[in-house]
Amino acid sequence: MMRSRWVALQEGAVKVIFFACAAVSLATTAGIVGILAWESFTFFRHVSVWEFLAGTEWAPNFDPRKFGVLPLVCGTFMIGGGALALALPVGLGSALFLSEYAHASLRAVLKPILELLAGIPSVVYGFFAIHFVTPYVLQPLIPGTEIFNAASAAIVVGVMIIPTIASVSDDALRAVPRSLREAAYAVSATPLEVSTRVVLPAAMSGVVAAVLLAFARAIGETMAVALAAGQTPKLTLNPFESIHTLTGSIVQMSLGDTPAGSIEYQTIFAVGLTLFLITFVFNYAGQRVLTRFREVYE
Amino acid sequence: MSATASMFDARVARRMRLGRWFAALCAFFSAIGLIFLCILLGRVAYQSWGWLSIHFLTEFPSTIYPEKAGMKSAIWGSIWLLVITGGVAVPVGVAAAVYLEEYAKQTRLNRIIELNIANLAGVPSIVYGLLGLGVFVRALTLNRSLIAGGLTLSLLVLPVIIIASREAIRAVPRSFRLAAFALGATRWQTIRAHTLPAALPGIMTGVILALSRAIGEAAPLIPISAITYITFVPRGLSDPFTAMPLQIYAWSDTAQVEFHHLAAAGILVLLAVLLPMNALAIGVRAWHQRRKAW
Amino acid sequence: MVNVLEEETPGLDDDAVRPTTIVPQPRVTARPPTPGAEVVVHTDRLTIRYGAFAAVREVTVEIPANKVTAIIGPSGCGKSTLLRSMNRMNDFITGMSVDGKLYYRGADVYRPGFDPVELRRRIGMVFQKPNPFPKSIYKNVAWGPMINGYRGALDELVERALLQAALWDEVKDKLWENAYSLSGGQQQRLCIARAVALEPDVLLMDEPCSALDPIATARIEDLIDRLKSQYTVVLVTHNMQQAARVSDRTAFMYMGELVEVGETNMIFTTPRERRTQDYITGRFG
Repeated sequence: MMRSRWVALQEGAVKVIFFACAAVSLATTAGIVGILAWESFTFFRHVSVWEFLAGTEWAPNFDPRKFGVLPLVCGTFMIGGGALALALPVGLGSALFLSEYAHASLRAVLKPILELLAGIPSVVYGFFAIHFVTPYVLQPLIPGTEIFNAASAAIVVGVMIIPTIASVSDDALRAVPRSLREAAYAVSATPLEVSTRVVLPAAMSGVVAAVLLAFARAIGETMAVALAAGQTPKLTLNPFESIHTLTGSIVQMSLGDTPAGSIEYQTIFAVGLTLFLITFVFNYAGQRVLTRFREVYE
Repeated sequence: MSATASMFDARVARRMRLGRWFAALCAFFSAIGLIFLCILLGRVAYQSWGWLSIHFLTEFPSTIYPEKAGMKSAIWGSIWLLVITGGVAVPVGVAAAVYLEEYAKQTRLNRIIELNIANLAGVPSIVYGLLGLGVFVRALTLNRSLIAGGLTLSLLVLPVIIIASREAIRAVPRSFRLAAFALGATRWQTIRAHTLPAALPGIMTGVILALSRAIGEAAPLIPISAITYITFVPRGLSDPFTAMPLQIYAWSDTAQVEFHHLAAAGILVLLAVLLPMNALAIGVRAWHQRRKAW
Repeated sequence: MVNVLEEETPGLDDDAVRPTTIVPQPRVTARPPTPGAEVVVHTDRLTIRYGAFAAVREVTVEIPANKVTAIIGPSGCGKSTLLRSMNRMNDFITGMSVDGKLYYRGADVYRPGFDPVELRRRIGMVFQKPNPFPKSIYKNVAWGPMINGYRGALDELVERALLQAALWDEVKDKLWENAYSLSGGQQQRLCIARAVALEPDVLLMDEPCSALDPIATARIEDLIDRLKSQYTVVLVTHNMQQAARVSDRTAFMYMGELVEVGETNMIFTTPRERRTQDYITGRFG
């Protein structure tokens, strides 16, 4: 009959079209990896991989040009580490509070607020960093803080990743079975001991996953870092001076003069490839740990 | 009763007191985000005082006269981008989610697609900008146009929409589908008539959150638009553009203090769009949780 | 004033140390022991509600010392709720409210300000499904005493507890292995060892064998018989034969009410109530 053939045709068409939509994601990854690799390949014909990865000076626009990416990686990791130093206790503390102490009604209010924090655009955090945190918090408290510095970027990026740590940790804590908590209470443990010495250790790999994922997010942060951290590539551990980062350098070069096919243009992609690979490693590790954690508790 | 019970120096009162301090610390940590948010909003409002007006929304930016500058081009640019992103990412994302949840068998290819989407969600947004620059702007010669920006943003939020839609579809009870199949419906008929409508609130939540993220993103657009000074409203997909977060970035980054006020005003406009969107998404989710019949 | 916690108990090993320092009095007041019929826990018209639903209704029961008291009844009759109220484990259920009284050695356990953590040191619990900590066998037994400031030798305490739980021989060479490497029956005996390591007064057992095979069940029933010389045991079970084998006194509950309580022999041969008779003979439940 005509109708059933039409319906069958529809079914087939839908399946194919929808598959194509799902395959767009594959195309996206192929596109990202492809374009980064392609332009980087051209880049590495002019600059040796060794100089790029091990060089300690980054000066693509000066004469003589230097393409050592280590100062950028150093700045990026400094901000990522600083952000974690803020976000880990605060995020974990929030997660513990939400899962162990807060009533359901308090949870219902606090969780959306955390989500809201995650929804504020990076550029807003960057504005706040450079126009408030640096002049009114850091410079008064720590004399000698430069206008651009890693600390103020690390602080706001830290606030940005609090929701990541809090929600992944919260899920992990809640996955710990009730029977374990009851067992601890039954041997005369206080609520503090139950949450910190039984529940938290049992949820620890979930917390580790949260840290890995949050760190990946922190080092991929662009706008806040571009506004607040500065554009001075250097190898330093001092967070109160101006530094440069992987993401910041991409922004700087994109806004500059980059005719297609020039070394400046290719540099953007080489740095982009570096950033992509580093965040991929941390994201992948975080996802693996999370999957293994879920297997234990489900 | 054991004679060695007093071998325990339990000091329960002390342990409980410690617990109370710890709980207070955790409560304080939970409040830090809220406190930070209030300080941030307060500061932005303070810095924008006197600079936010209807005039601000209807004038074009100016590099010479900050008092006369406005955000009109950025606002319209953002609206265009929102429409393009919504028009592209929502159908593709929902369709992909439907495929993965309803049609896909556990083949290797489909597993790879799933893992891939999870990975894409973690790629920094600036990398999407590089993708847009290399592929859309240069390779496809779309140049620094709205369509290039819109497509880039679409790819950025696609994983978010797919993941949220998948969860929404997965939450629909199997019994709905089984009942429809038992009545002789085909898979697509079932999806269209039963599964999708039931999953709609969850999908909407994901879409609203994804779009609100797209409006706020500047990083993917920087390599594409390079923040050229735009003083016109885009009229077509191939026009150059700017967007609200880009304008805010440009104003924040200058040395002149007047432009910082403009940036603050711009932030308020941006948040005035974003925060209600986020609240709406959370509200839809909460409403759905309470009202759903299963 | 007699400190009931320093009462001598026969059967404890010889190297039990008599304390030479005065320790602060616990907040539970003591009652002088009456010969033969000492009551450790008693309730007075205890009613426990979850929201509007009353799981336990006006139950008045006495738990005598150094005996095994079984609580039996069909599922949903409130026996677990009653058991858990004795060490205030019900506190963790939202919407729970208590009317009436529950006394542990004369102290009103639900009085505002009463410390449940202290109570749980004296009233230990073994759960239906074995729930050892994801730690080593040693740590499982030692953790409770450690956080409660045990001042003696932990190694001896662990050995003593594992001996009492009839598990020592099986694990003495692998004390540092993870508890999850043990079988279900062994894990439950580990949980018993964990509970007795704190040297409690009362041991509450909530259907401890229901997740175990018959052989493991038999071993634990033997254990219960030996434990009663040192502890007061309250056992909830849905297995009537178990109650008949193991307990000295039996309480039968139905729909939240205490229908009948008495000597086990009497309950199972000549019950007074019709409902008890029906349950025993398998008419329902």
